[in-house]
Amino acid sequence: MSARRRLWGLLRKESLQIWRDPSALAIALLLPTVLLLIFGYGVSLDARNVRLAIVVQEPGPLATQFVAGFARSPYFQPVLFAAIQDAEAAMDRGDAQAIVWLQSDFARAANAGGAPVGLLVNGVDANDARIIEGYVQQVWAGFVAAHGGGVISVQPRVRFNPSVSSRDYLVPGLIAVIMTLTGALLTALVIAREWERGTMEALMVTPVAMREILLAKLLPYFVLGMGGMAGSVAIAVWLFGVVLHGSFWVLTAASALFMLAALGMGLLISSVARNQFVAGQIAIITTFLPAFILSGFVFDIASMPRAVQIITHVVAARYFVSILQSVFLAGDVWSVIAPNAAALALMAVIFLVLARAIARKRLD
Amino acid sequence: MPPATEPAPAGEAVRLVALSRAFGSGKLRVAALDAVSAVAASGAVTGLIGPDGAGKTTLMRLICGLLRPDHGRIEVFGADIAGPRATAAMQARLGYMPQRFGLYEDLTVQENLDLYADLRGLPPDERPGRYGELLHMTGLAGFTARMAGRLSGGMKQKLGLACTLVRAPDLLLLDEPTVGVDPVSRRELWEIIDHLTGTAGMSVLFSTAYLDEAARCDAVLLLHQGRLLGAGPPEEMTAPLAGRVFATPVPAPARRHAQARLAAMDGVIDAVIQGDGVRLVLARAPTAPSLDGHALTAVAPRFEDGFVARLRGDDPPPARHLPADPPAPREDGAPVIVVEHLTRRFGSFVAVRDVSFSVRRGEIFGLLGANGAGKSTCFRMLCGLLPASEGRLEVAGFDLRRAAAPARGQIGYMAQKFSLYGDLSVRQNLRFFAAAYGLRGTSLRDRIDWAVGEFDLAPMLGGNARDLPLGFKQRLALACALMHQPRILFLDEPTSGVDPLARREFWRRISLLAESGVTVLVTTHFMEEAEYCDRLVIMAQGAVLAAGSPDAIKKNAGGGDGATMEDAFIAVIEAAATARAA
Repeated sequence: MSARRRLWGLLRKESLQIWRDPSALAIALLLPTVLLLIFGYGVSLDARNVRLAIVVQEPGPLATQFVAGFARSPYFQPVLFAAIQDAEAAMDRGDAQAIVWLQSDFARAANAGGAPVGLLVNGVDANDARIIEGYVQQVWAGFVAAHGGGVISVQPRVRFNPSVSSRDYLVPGLIAVIMTLTGALLTALVIAREWERGTMEALMVTPVAMREILLAKLLPYFVLGMGGMAGSVAIAVWLFGVVLHGSFWVLTAASALFMLAALGMGLLISSVARNQFVAGQIAIITTFLPAFILSGFVFDIASMPRAVQIITHVVAARYFVSILQSVFLAGDVWSVIAPNAAALALMAVIFLVLARAIARKRLD
Repeated sequence: MPPATEPAPAGEAVRLVALSRAFGSGKLRVAALDAVSAVAASGAVTGLIGPDGAGKTTLMRLICGLLRPDHGRIEVFGADIAGPRATAAMQARLGYMPQRFGLYEDLTVQENLDLYADLRGLPPDERPGRYGELLHMTGLAGFTARMAGRLSGGMKQKLGLACTLVRAPDLLLLDEPTVGVDPVSRRELWEIIDHLTGTAGMSVLFSTAYLDEAARCDAVLLLHQGRLLGAGPPEEMTAPLAGRVFATPVPAPARRHAQARLAAMDGVIDAVIQGDGVRLVLARAPTAPSLDGHALTAVAPRFEDGFVARLRGDDPPPARHLPADPPAPREDGAPVIVVEHLTRRFGSFVAVRDVSFSVRRGEIFGLLGANGAGKSTCFRMLCGLLPASEGRLEVAGFDLRRAAAPARGQIGYMAQKFSLYGDLSVRQNLRFFAAAYGLRGTSLRDRIDWAVGEFDLAPMLGGNARDLPLGFKQRLALACALMHQPRILFLDEPTSGVDPLARREFWRRISLLAESGVTVLVTTHFMEEAEYCDRLVIMAQGAVLAAGSPDAIKKNAGGGDGATMEDAFIAVIEAAATARAA
């Protein structure tokens, strides 16, 4: 009876503080929105409007047809040059990211079935370079198909992300990364604040139990964190136009598991960090950075060295990224969702049990 | 006040047995408490008295179960508190108010009370009656809807107490509840405590750095550097001094000089300025009715006399070189610091309101007030660190609005908490501050040598500033502020928390500096330190309530002979409150 009243008193206090102190609301709602907008618009792995220099040494109908293939593509802004030297100068100035070189014997060789087309790509950004190379080959394949009368037929078919827009798989991953930070910051900072202001000391000598203090931190910030999650999904769907293929309820349940793990991580951090600055630093280093690099949201886990792959298993965001990408892009694929959700649940339990075990009603 | 939930057993409330606790590790391990054994009686007020670093807070936290002792044990009402179950049982009977009162500043007075009532399990039907009593007792009845963060320091202190008392505990621990709080609120707090112990039989443990509060306790535990220096009723500590404490009247202009001379004389344990003269504690009863030409009148010893005598180990300090020269005649030229109609706002909050004063060369000028009175804000504006919202500020002939940088070059500034670089050694701190003020080469080396000699820094030169005892830090901070030989010295709460010996030493240096022509501006919340000032202003809520020499302020406040600065301060604040109510 008195335990329930204590918990109720703490919950009411926490809610009043959330309402009056804008910092918690800012972390839960404003931070994910701002980060999602910045990253959502800024991070894109598509190469668009590539400035492409095309050197045509001997103009002719065949060459014109080939160049038109680039002009139609949304990825290229072709500029014509007569000599390779001019095109190379343009690349040196940074005006061209790639050069396609049709040598003087292009028409003859093409008719013979083996035209030499030179491709020079600026390799400073290796990722962009590979993408451009792929695009050029696609245009080339299209040209050959049209010209060769169906001898070579290239028909790319991409499953799960038919428009092959990187944003459609980056945004769900981003949500996972951002909510990792938000969840950990929420609990870590508010408990550090109690230490800073000396109120934790006063709380600890009342009959309140440590699990009540932790529960009173977990519940309100769980609600708040889920609010931030809902906001992020809304931005993804309505602003970035990412289509949710799976069910809303699977998304909600997975998010709840993930939020418990992230908040539990925050509680763990708060057991070592007793001021807000340190708590914030630890939260960023131990949650945001690993989630960014090791969750598989940008960098494919399968292509990492074995040792790093093992480390990724302790990053909660990894499981959530998998679930989100599958729920958004493919639908409720239970063979993906079930094991990842189980991993999230396990991590949530481990963090919360650890946080409870470490927390003491003492200063030392 | 209803009786305590369970009547405390007669006898002892707290028993400490060979209690030790250290912090840090390896070479840096420092004993905060060293084999302390003591008993606090139940139904009484026991004072934990000592300067910062004495171990008061560590002891409080050990008793309320927030820390575990390294050695020794603690009994509360006869039960050992070791082990989680025993600690929980003890905490159910305990009220603890930590140093910053443990309040949620973004909750209202009522919401804070509700929270602690929930946490301490006060049944809802008992709440209206209990709230009524507490609000009446603390004078907060009219403020229940106000945010705790917007209360004055004294009101926060009382709300913290009300939250601790929401379910009357058997043992009440108050950690420095009065530090930095205005004297009126301090007096009211003591009335509440007397009421609690008198009618409710509550046992109270009260820690303070103000030595004058010892006299209000039934018994004191005198702590110094983690050791118990004495225990017992406060009168017991002063008894051996009977017949050795005297007062001698000295007129104002020569008072500080006479005090410095007397303090340096053989056989004098302590000499401080008090009221209209000098208070003396002698090593043995005097043979003549006068000393150095000053007639001696016997007075009753007070607690601070006893503390200083104990710290000095009853050995008078070795006779020093007597400052023989009479103070240089003051030039009554243009004032060095001029403040006119100074106002500073932070949003809608007025931190400093229409403050005016001027300071002449070689004067010690004080800003006296509680925490939050606006002293430090005034200071930051005078240092050119914070622009004024309105008003004129002139330091050493420079208008701070236009020429803050050249004015700053004339100023030595000692910030609150001493602002030293903790990871630098004493020598590196000195070198840094000297270089920051533009000293190079030989002049830099000369000044460092001067500082090391003048402030006795040689034994600690290589150690990091962080690890210095507080009194040492204070000396080093003053040395750093003096490296560029400033003509003006700003001291922001320079003596807060240091022990009485360090405080005396500090004021001796400041007096000498003033005599050599340095103008000193100092803030303090120690009422008795105001006596060292030539002139001062009393500030409250950002405004100046009284200005003048200590004698004039005491006289205007209606105090008779022997009135202290604290009496005057209370009279001035009450007069202002009456004027506002009218």
